[in-house]
Amino acid sequence: MRKNLFNVGALFRGFSTTFSYIFKKKPTIEYPSVKKQHAPRFHGLHELRRYEDGKERCIGCELCAIACPANAITVMGAENAPEDRRSPGERYAASYEIDELRCIFCGLCEEACPTDAIVLTPRFEMADYRRGAFVYAKDRLLVPVEAGVGTPPDERPNGIPSDLGGVARAKDTVDITAGYEATNRGHILKKQTRGLAG
Amino acid sequence: MTVPIWLIVLIKAIVVLAVVITTFAYSMLFERKVMGWMQLRPGPNRVGPWGLLQPAADAVKMIFKEDLTPDTADPLIYRLAPFISLLCAMGAFAIIPFSANADGTLWAVGNVNAGILFVFALTSIGVYGISLAGWASGSKFPLLGSVRSTAQMISYELSMSMSVIGVLILTGSTALADIVNAQQRVWFIIPQIIGFVIYVITAVAETNRAPFDLVEAETELVGGFHTEYSGLRFGLFFIAEYLNMITVSCLATLLFLGGWNSPIPWLPSTGLMGLVWFLIKAGLFLFFYIWLRSTLPRFRYDRLMDFGWKVLFPVATLNLVITAVVVALMPHA
Repeated sequence: MRKNLFNVGALFRGFSTTFSYIFKKKPTIEYPSVKKQHAPRFHGLHELRRYEDGKERCIGCELCAIACPANAITVMGAENAPEDRRSPGERYAASYEIDELRCIFCGLCEEACPTDAIVLTPRFEMADYRRGAFVYAKDRLLVPVEAGVGTPPDERPNGIPSDLGGVARAKDTVDITAGYEATNRGHILKKQTRGLAG
Repeated sequence: MTVPIWLIVLIKAIVVLAVVITTFAYSMLFERKVMGWMQLRPGPNRVGPWGLLQPAADAVKMIFKEDLTPDTADPLIYRLAPFISLLCAMGAFAIIPFSANADGTLWAVGNVNAGILFVFALTSIGVYGISLAGWASGSKFPLLGSVRSTAQMISYELSMSMSVIGVLILTGSTALADIVNAQQRVWFIIPQIIGFVIYVITAVAETNRAPFDLVEAETELVGGFHTEYSGLRFGLFFIAEYLNMITVSCLATLLFLGGWNSPIPWLPSTGLMGLVWFLIKAGLFLFFYIWLRSTLPRFRYDRLMDFGWKVLFPVATLNLVITAVVVALMPHA
């Protein structure tokens, strides 16, 4: 004990360390206003892709649902009607639901998919007050036609997913709503929140 | 028409209180900011620009929280304890001189000729607030905290008083103004460096701050003496703790750092400039407190007692004896 108490050199080093830290650059990212740029293949919220001509890639084979270790995916396939073809194949997903509360974001669905229809995007802001809001159906999963149809999320201009792309330039304040424009999902979420409040 | 003396004192008291409370609020923010920087965080920055309104937000939070009293608590003493702490913490500011005019008029609410004794008496009574709070909470963690507080105070107040007596011998007076005036040429930190070091260490223990915050010791005792307190009553303890910090910083400035005497010989040390010097010195001392807190881990209980009794007390006594002998042998100038 005496040895430690009178080790003034160690005390001095400790004090100089803490003092020098005052002037160091702080690694904090001011989250809601500045967002971190995630790696392009970050495992976040899912997305259902389309072909260049706007047709859905999903053929309703349910392989993703079988591969899912968390049983988070429910797919109901249906035959394509000849006058209104949703996908190039015979079948398409009449309903496609992912329970994001069950999902463990492992990406096995991505690997199981024979047509690269289901992919994980780096989007991670999914918080909500209602359990039901975490069951994502096709209306929120399917990529809108105007948002880089045909390209996988990590090859789209401005990086991926459009609402996070190029976002984390430090000291940048990001207009979140503008970012969501590209995929429309932000608007849907916002509408739902309004419905809850009003 | 002359202004009655009680009115002058009242106005002075109100001004000092207002300034001190504001200082408390911003020393809290300052601490959180500096601690944050030292831990590579930006510190509070959400409320107002640079988090400047954080104290107001905290105050609102404290006021609106529920005021709980445990069933097993002694209701009267439980409610009384925070007020004892706060009253003693605030009372010390009644006699602390912040500056002086050229003609010797003090910038203080009252000039007590036994000033230093008054401050020590008040801080000693302030410990009762903590001890009683822990005792009256009727819960085991606060009880441990209050037992620790008592033991800690016994082992530290003695060394603290001893370290200060050296200054009193050099000055020959217990009035704070006399002590500052005696430091016009040489600050007492130079002849009394041992006393100063002991004072700094014991002052940290006295105010229950890290690394001597055994009374609160979040890791072991939840919150120590204030575990059961919530809302505004906890707030009172919080204010008392910070006011005590400010008090001992002011005392260190007055006793060892030359009070409002200018550190640069050709700059004036009276009036407003004196206040500025005083605030700078006390502020640096406050910063040192925060620096200490974010650098050193908490002492173990028995080691603290060991350190207090076996190191600080003998050294303080030795310092006192040497000072007394030197002063007695030196011819009076």
